[in-house]
Order: sequence, then C-alpha cells, then structure tokens
Amino acid sequence: MTKRISFYLLLIIAILYCLCPLLWQFITSLKPDYELTRIPPILPEKPTVAHYISIFKGYPFSRIILNSTIVAASTTIFSLIVGSLCAFGLTKLKVRYKAIILGFVLSVSMFPPIATVSPLYIIIRSLGLRDTWWALIITYTTFSLPLSIWILTNFFKEIPDEIYLAARIDGCSPFQAFQKIILPLSGPGIFTTAILVFIFSWNEFLFALTFTSTPNSRTIPVAIALFQGIHEIPWGDIAAASVTVTVPLVILVFVFQRRIIEGLTAGAIKS
Amino acid sequence: MNSREKGDKFIIPALIMLSCVTIYPVLYVFYLSLQRRLLIFDISRFVGFENYLFLFRDDRFWNALKNTAYFTVASVSLELFLGLSIAVLLNRPFRLRGLTRAVILVPWAIPTVVSARMWEWVYNTDFGILNFIIGSKINWLGSPFWAIHAAIFMDVWKTTPFVAILLMAGLQVIPHELYQAAKVDGAGSWTTFKRITLPLLKPVILVVLLFRTLDAFRVFDAVYVLTGGGPANTTETLSIYAYKVLFQTLQFGYGSTLSVVVFLCIGSISIFYIKLLSRGIK
Repeated sequence: MTKRISFYLLLIIAILYCLCPLLWQFITSLKPDYELTRIPPILPEKPTVAHYISIFKGYPFSRIILNSTIVAASTTIFSLIVGSLCAFGLTKLKVRYKAIILGFVLSVSMFPPIATVSPLYIIIRSLGLRDTWWALIITYTTFSLPLSIWILTNFFKEIPDEIYLAARIDGCSPFQAFQKIILPLSGPGIFTTAILVFIFSWNEFLFALTFTSTPNSRTIPVAIALFQGIHEIPWGDIAAASVTVTVPLVILVFVFQRRIIEGLTAGAIKS
Repeated sequence: MNSREKGDKFIIPALIMLSCVTIYPVLYVFYLSLQRRLLIFDISRFVGFENYLFLFRDDRFWNALKNTAYFTVASVSLELFLGLSIAVLLNRPFRLRGLTRAVILVPWAIPTVVSARMWEWVYNTDFGILNFIIGSKINWLGSPFWAIHAAIFMDVWKTTPFVAILLMAGLQVIPHELYQAAKVDGAGSWTTFKRITLPLLKPVILVVLLFRTLDAFRVFDAVYVLTGGGPANTTETLSIYAYKVLFQTLQFGYGSTLSVVVFLCIGSISIFYIKLLSRGIK
C-alpha cells in the first residue's frame, strides 16, 4: 500500500514539474498589469483577456501566426514529397551505395545549424530571398529531410515487396506503384513524419532570426524573442502570446502522443 | 533484386537539396573561415589560417568553450538521471498511463523560445514565482554563478521528456521473463535494476546520450533568449559567441572560423559515440 502511495506521489511530482511553468504562464496571461507586480504573486483577482486582445491589436501578431503556419505547412508538404520519394527509392528500387547514402543522410542530421547559417545567409541574400517565406521553407525542408527519410524508410520496409511487384506486373510504372500502392499503405508513417516536421518548423529559431527582418516573414519564435515594450518588458503580453502559440502544440501532443512517440523512437532507437 | 529497375531518379531530389543546403554551405563556411571578411565595409581578403591562430589568443573563445562544455556535461547528466527515473516510474501498467505520457511530452513540444521567456518570468528577481516559493531574493539571471545554472535547469526541464520517452521505449523491449527469473532468484529491485535493466538498456542510453550531447553542445536559442549570453559572458556558449561575431559585429571570417570549430567538435563527439555504440554491438 505504501508502495502504491509513493508511486502516485512521485507521479504527481513528475506531472507538476512538467506542467507548472506553463500553468504559471497561463495565470500570468490573465492578470491585469498592476497585478503582475503584486506580492504574493498568486491567482489573479480580476482575470482579464486584455493581453490577448493587445497582442492582436497593438502588434502584427496575426500576420506572424500566418507566416509560421504557411512556413510550417509548406515545409511539411515538401519534406514529405521529397522524403517519401527518396525513401521509396531506397527501399523498393535498386540504388547503388544504399548504405552510404543512408549514412550520409543521417550524418547531415548531426550538422550544427550555426555551421551553415553564415554561408546560407550570404546565398539567400544574393538570391534576393531575404525576409521571405521561401528562405525558411527551403532551409527547413532540407534540414528535416534526414528525419523524414529515416522514419519513412522504416515504414516502407514493413510493406512486403510482393505487393509492390504485383503492382508492377499489373502494369503500373514504379511511380504509379508508389503513388497508388505504397503511399496509401503507409498513412500512419506519413502522418507521424508530418507531425514531427511540423513541430520542428514551428519551433525553429536560429535560421528564422537570421533570415527574417520584418513582420512580413517573421515567425512566432522570433516575434516572441523580440517582444519588447516601450518602457518595460510586457510580461502579460508575452505570456498571452506564449499561451496562444503553445495551445495548438499541446493539442497535437494530447491527440497524437502515440504517433509522436512512435516517430521519436523510430528516429532514434532503430539506428 | 536484379529484376528491379533503378531508383536513382527517386532519390536525386533529396540528394540535390541536401548537397545545396547543407554540404555546400559547410564547404563554403570553411572557405569563409580562411578570410578576413567584414560585410559592412565590403572587405574580403584571404588570410589563410590566421583566424585559427587567433583562436588561441582569444579569451572569449576559451570562455565560451568552457561554458559550453559545462552546460553540456551538467545538463546531459541531469537529464539522463531524471529521464531514467521517469522512464522506470512509468514503465508499469496503471490507469491514465497514456494521459500521463502526453503530459510528460508537453515541455518537449513547447517552442524553446517560449520556454525561455516562460522561465525568464519564473526567475524574475522581484516578482518571479521561484523566489516567492523559496522565499529568497536571488537575482537568478543577473548573477554570474546562478545564470548558467538557471539555463541548465531550464534545459533539463525542456529535454528530460525526450530522454524519458526514448528510455521508456528501450525498457519495453526488455523481455519480461528476465524480471520474473530475477524475482524467483530472490533479487531485490535495486539489484534487478543494476544487473538486468541497466546493462540491457545500455545501447539505448548511448543513443540518447549521443542525441542529447550533440543538442546541448550546439545550444543556441534556449540560452540566447534566456540570458543573451550574459551576465559578463558567463552563459555565452560557442554557438552564441559565433552568432554574435557573425551577425552583431558582422565579422564573417572569424565568425565562420568559430562555426567550423563547433562543427569539428560535433563531428568528434558523434564519432566518439558511434565508436562506443558499434563496440557495444560487437
């Protein structure tokens, strides 16, 4: 019995440890400014949604959410297209130096972003892509490719070769077989990859900070990092913005935790 | 296998993208690192390994290297310890297990920038909840001693879920019969953990350590947003220093040299772990 109680006690501590800072941010976002500096800093006496209104009114926050959504969604689509084609080639077709290619793809995932940011900045500037969505979409798609290829390769391997060969005998070209047979059979794998790539692009900071310069293309992490008031740090607005952009992620996690865990472990354990 | 057609055209788009956006820039950054290049003055001149020699005289570089190493070792070991505890705790059937796992994943999913600003407020000297709870007036982010530890603590909070999830997956692969046999032999839970769980989990632990060490060593956003590298550069990591040299003082030559150093360190760390791993498998 004591064992059971101590188990649940530890469990509650772990859960509180994970959630408390976020809850605190939520509480902060509901406090009017004068309550932010009140001691003891507990629950708001007069909860208000003023901060949520002010981030959309006094700040181009809706444009920034749009930027992030377009960048993350496009990255997810491109990464899935290029990644699934590559994974298909590697698992179902004849490719020379297969192991070397896979090793190369994996080693790219270890590249530190800081090592590529200065040349990419020069390239992007000379192509006139600075402060555009494309600068981020191209970079994110490439940096997410190792993850996509890796997870999708693992999924495609599970599909028996006979199914693919049967489609070929029935007169499908390799591309048709890929499109009509392999893709529909690997829905869960594609879905898992999509979630992970989306979260990665939604959260990325270094490239976004470097390649964007105005709210025209600035993404959420950059906007939140650069949030500044005229006189003092607007803690309430920052909290409201944090909560707003975190809610979609928390929903994703709660609905798709099984898929996310599957993807994370496929990306790591099987290597 | 021979009856199959070639798949080259399917993998070529991926290879082209990877080459243009990762391989080419890495070669380019090495070339830049051999130059004296100041963007604003349009100066660019080949100087050979001069930038690399300057590293030895640059105290700020050694300071950043020291900070990065300390940050990496401290946060990765804490994460492993906490992650392992959570994994063992959750590795048993109980009600609401799925929900608990989802809750544990939340810190991992939050954007790093958001978590940095969240902790900045928690650490606030006058109005932060942390000082209120422990009844102190510590200037967490303003004191050279506390700032780096505050950053480490935040990183531990953010990345322990990832460690726990991977270790949990590793735990689930260990055959149940082994634990039953240990029980029959009268082994206590600590002995079982030390003799069965740890040795069988070793490959997964190494993979987790590899991923986390790489991430911690190239840390940028977490610390940059939380402290900006201050106070007095006590939290300036290699990536932050490189970024400042590149984009604040616009010295693309020397900044690239620092980037190459990060790249080489990451490369050596990966090779070290992969060697350890392949030895374990044999």
